[in-house]
Amino acid sequence: MSIWKYANPVKFMRSSGAILPWVVAGAGLCTIGGVLWGFLTPQDYKQGSTVKIVFLHVPAAMMAINIWVMMLVASLIWLVRRHHVSALAAKAAAPVGAIMTLIALATGAIWGQPMWGSWWEWDPRLTSFLILFLFYVGYIALWSAIDDADSAADLTGVLCLVGSVFALLSRYAVLFWNQGLHQGASLSVAPGERMSAVYRYPLYLSMLGFLLLFVALVLIRTRTEIRRRRLIALQAKEARA
Amino acid sequence: MLALLKRDLVLATRAGGGFGLGVAFFLILCALVPFGVGPQTEALRPIAPGILWVGALLACLLSLDRIFALDHEDGSLDLLATAPLPLEGGVAVKALAHWLTTSLPLIVAAPVFGLLLHLPGKAVPWLIISLLVGTPALSVLGAFGAAITVGLRRGGLLLSLLVLPLYIPTLIFGTEIVRRGMEGGDPITPMLFLAGISAAVVALVPFAAAAALRVNLR
Repeated sequence: MSIWKYANPVKFMRSSGAILPWVVAGAGLCTIGGVLWGFLTPQDYKQGSTVKIVFLHVPAAMMAINIWVMMLVASLIWLVRRHHVSALAAKAAAPVGAIMTLIALATGAIWGQPMWGSWWEWDPRLTSFLILFLFYVGYIALWSAIDDADSAADLTGVLCLVGSVFALLSRYAVLFWNQGLHQGASLSVAPGERMSAVYRYPLYLSMLGFLLLFVALVLIRTRTEIRRRRLIALQAKEARA
Repeated sequence: MLALLKRDLVLATRAGGGFGLGVAFFLILCALVPFGVGPQTEALRPIAPGILWVGALLACLLSLDRIFALDHEDGSLDLLATAPLPLEGGVAVKALAHWLTTSLPLIVAAPVFGLLLHLPGKAVPWLIISLLVGTPALSVLGAFGAAITVGLRRGGLLLSLLVLPLYIPTLIFGTEIVRRGMEGGDPITPMLFLAGISAAVVALVPFAAAAALRVNLR
């Protein structure tokens, strides 16, 4: 018994099919619940009602980064152990990650307009998210440009490895380049800097919801991709017969 | 390796358009900017380091798809892959040839184009040094992008989409060196960062590029 047995597409289809409804239900409950609960929180003394954007902004930003990390891990597994499900999961995750990055940027702009008086600032955090978005776009474009599935998986895997190093490098290079307007970490464990519990718990719920939403979307997209591959294989078989 | 380098250099010089094209593009870019922002010295001077670096970067990008595409078409890339020379070494040599034929002319031309943009004289040495230190990273990263897109029919646009985000750290530190040299700051710190990036890229990225080439030649 090891985790690798789930790399078998048949096993993966069976087990992912079994947990998918639960994940979808959990994602819906937590996301809608978290955002609604967040909507009912009292207004912040300084930021007024705009503070409620945080329940979309922070979870999306968190997922935008973590999805890239997940793609990195999946690409590594594909390059080292050549499990097809892993490559397909990385492929399935990329558009979700790009949309999360876009949500984070868009909600950030909507929030920044009343707070900072501008839709966009060349702040290190904002800039590195824009760069991350460019990396997502390049990754997705490379997937769609290559016809042969295994070559595409290999090349995007290598791109993901190199891209991760450079995304991280850019993250710290932009710190050097411009000083920031954005606040530091949103969820600090230090008691003095912690946000009030009124905001913290809905935020946790919303973050959990976004995480489950991502898992559900990736499972659905990976399953679709596996079925698509099967169809292609069946058609090829029929053409030969 | 020397033979490969010599072959690439000869091909680049004799095929025409190899040497001149990048520099001409760079000149046009530097000439277009004043039309866009106005000819005043006080408007051009602050942005000169950035324009020169972005121009060099784009001119470098222009010739990237030549690194492997022609050799892929006529099959010499397959020979290179099966040669006793490791493919990583072959990639490094081809990146070096690209640097010699594209980046070196740009570095020679950059101070002259700096005059067009009113770059102060004391920043010129820093411009040359920053380009000398930074452009090897551009060539090797470009070779990586070219290796990934070599098998594609319309790889050109995709190549720039893949490579330009990778250029961001180099651009940031390169421009910072020139800006600090111009304003009298301390250019050594960004210089060390840039040298570090360049050294790491030259040492490590040929392995990734060779891996991508092997996939494309499968």
